[in-house]
Amino acid sequence: MIRVTVFLFLLIVGSTAGEIAMTLGMKATGEPERLRPVELLRFLRKALCNGWFWAGIPLMALSFYALLLLLSWKPISFVIPASALSYVVGTFGAKYILGEQVSIARWTGVVLVCVGVALVALG
Amino acid sequence: MATEGRLRAKTLVMVCLMVLCANVGDLMLKRGMLEIGAVQLSAGALAHAFRMTITNGTLWLGILFLWGFMVSYMTVLSWADYSYVMPAGAFGYALLSFLAVLFLHEAVSPRRWIGVALICVGVLLVGQTKPRTTEAAREALA
Repeated sequence: MIRVTVFLFLLIVGSTAGEIAMTLGMKATGEPERLRPVELLRFLRKALCNGWFWAGIPLMALSFYALLLLLSWKPISFVIPASALSYVVGTFGAKYILGEQVSIARWTGVVLVCVGVALVALG
Repeated sequence: MATEGRLRAKTLVMVCLMVLCANVGDLMLKRGMLEIGAVQLSAGALAHAFRMTITNGTLWLGILFLWGFMVSYMTVLSWADYSYVMPAGAFGYALLSFLAVLFLHEAVSPRRWIGVALICVGVLLVGQTKPRTTEAAREALA
């Protein structure tokens, strides 16, 4: 039980921290002018030169391996509902680290999605 | 107003691409890990599991789809809020339930339907908010 709790923590914190670092990197990169292959490749090349992007990669890799290990120990109907908490943790991160304006409507939506994902995965 | 509409439309396209790639990728990962079996937490077993994961074709196919997810995710995050994109991406869970009923004729429990309804309402609520609210985004819009 302890190892599942530890790896669940690594999954949630790793993915949230990694995605927040990734968001910082993408915002610094700036959006592609058009969604065409050449422009997207240019955008990806620019993103690959960003430090925040590379800070996010090991954190996301950590959460990816935590997910793989959890899936090998527990059914998906346990792993996904438990990891749904990352929607709430991620929204806190978006508000306090990224400075996004999270309205009541968005908070309500996030909580509904979190509970909904847990219910769907429980089957 | 036209800029706002264009922003919503391209965000929707990228979120749909994200959902498709993430769902197919996750299914492939689960299938790949089932082929490998339960991983034990010892140095030898972890090294063996690592070798198995990098030589498993299904896992690589899953990784290819997750790469597609990653590119669309990175692209949409360059203009949209993280707190907008993240819950919107959860629509995939609801979509999977609809697909399971439509194409696999699976029986879906009332609890799961309630979950699907909550996700749909949640995504609709998040979808009604502005896709981007940060300072840099407002400057770019101006």
